[in-house]
Amino acid sequence: MSMKASTRQVDGVTIVDLSGRITLGEGSVVLRDAVKDLLGKGQKRILLNLGDVSYIDSSGIGELVSAFTSVRNQGGELKLLHLTKKVHDLLQITKLYTVFDVKDDEAGAIAAFSR
Amino acid sequence: MTAPQRVSYRMESTLESVNKSEEMADQQAARAGLDEDTRGGFSMAVREAMINAVLHGNAYDTAKRVNLSFEQNDQELIVTITDEGKGFIPEEVPDPLAPENLLKQSGRGIFLMRAFMDEVRFRKLNPGTEITLIKRLPGTDLDRQEAST
Repeated sequence: MSMKASTRQVDGVTIVDLSGRITLGEGSVVLRDAVKDLLGKGQKRILLNLGDVSYIDSSGIGELVSAFTSVRNQGGELKLLHLTKKVHDLLQITKLYTVFDVKDDEAGAIAAFSR
Repeated sequence: MTAPQRVSYRMESTLESVNKSEEMADQQAARAGLDEDTRGGFSMAVREAMINAVLHGNAYDTAKRVNLSFEQNDQELIVTITDEGKGFIPEEVPDPLAPENLLKQSGRGIFLMRAFMDEVRFRKLNPGTEITLIKRLPGTDLDRQEAST
């Protein structure tokens, strides 16, 4: 299953709804391009909705980390929403769960962004 | 005791080979009776070892091949992956859990192999690297020994 990303705006936050697999190759590129595109437009409050992401490999983890640091380096914020158990467990064992700001409800996540 | 079963593949250094190997690993694990969670970890470890071989070892070189084999005996599932690349020293790969490495984009593949397998071995070839991944089968003597330690 290939990776898809679609964006929507809610209260000044760009939500990126991702679905599929974030893996070496196309999946990682889709995520990278989506974040790069948003930063290029000056949209620096980004919420990645991973609710429909079924699988992430080491390359995908790297892409999430890269997105996080790119946004932060430009003075923005990137948060993660709706982790599946698989993705949650993967972020736990790689010690990244506490690095990312992980949320499980959309309204709460949007309210948590700095204004 | 049943005779060990071994199946081998010679694969191109492509992303398709990585994806295909992950599917085959999942099927092997299912046949071996691993539960869904363990299967997911097993196939991820195989995927990461294949990425290591295809991307870091053979560097997508179309002239180089990756050999992949699955072997099952009464106690274990054993996966062996060899590439024809320039090789590497596993001990020199930085710890991805160290605070200074947490935000690095790469370097988690070997860690994930070790996280999901019971044993991971590296052997330098000339040229290339052989990675052996071992998963103990549930309910076997080796699995029980491990659980008790």
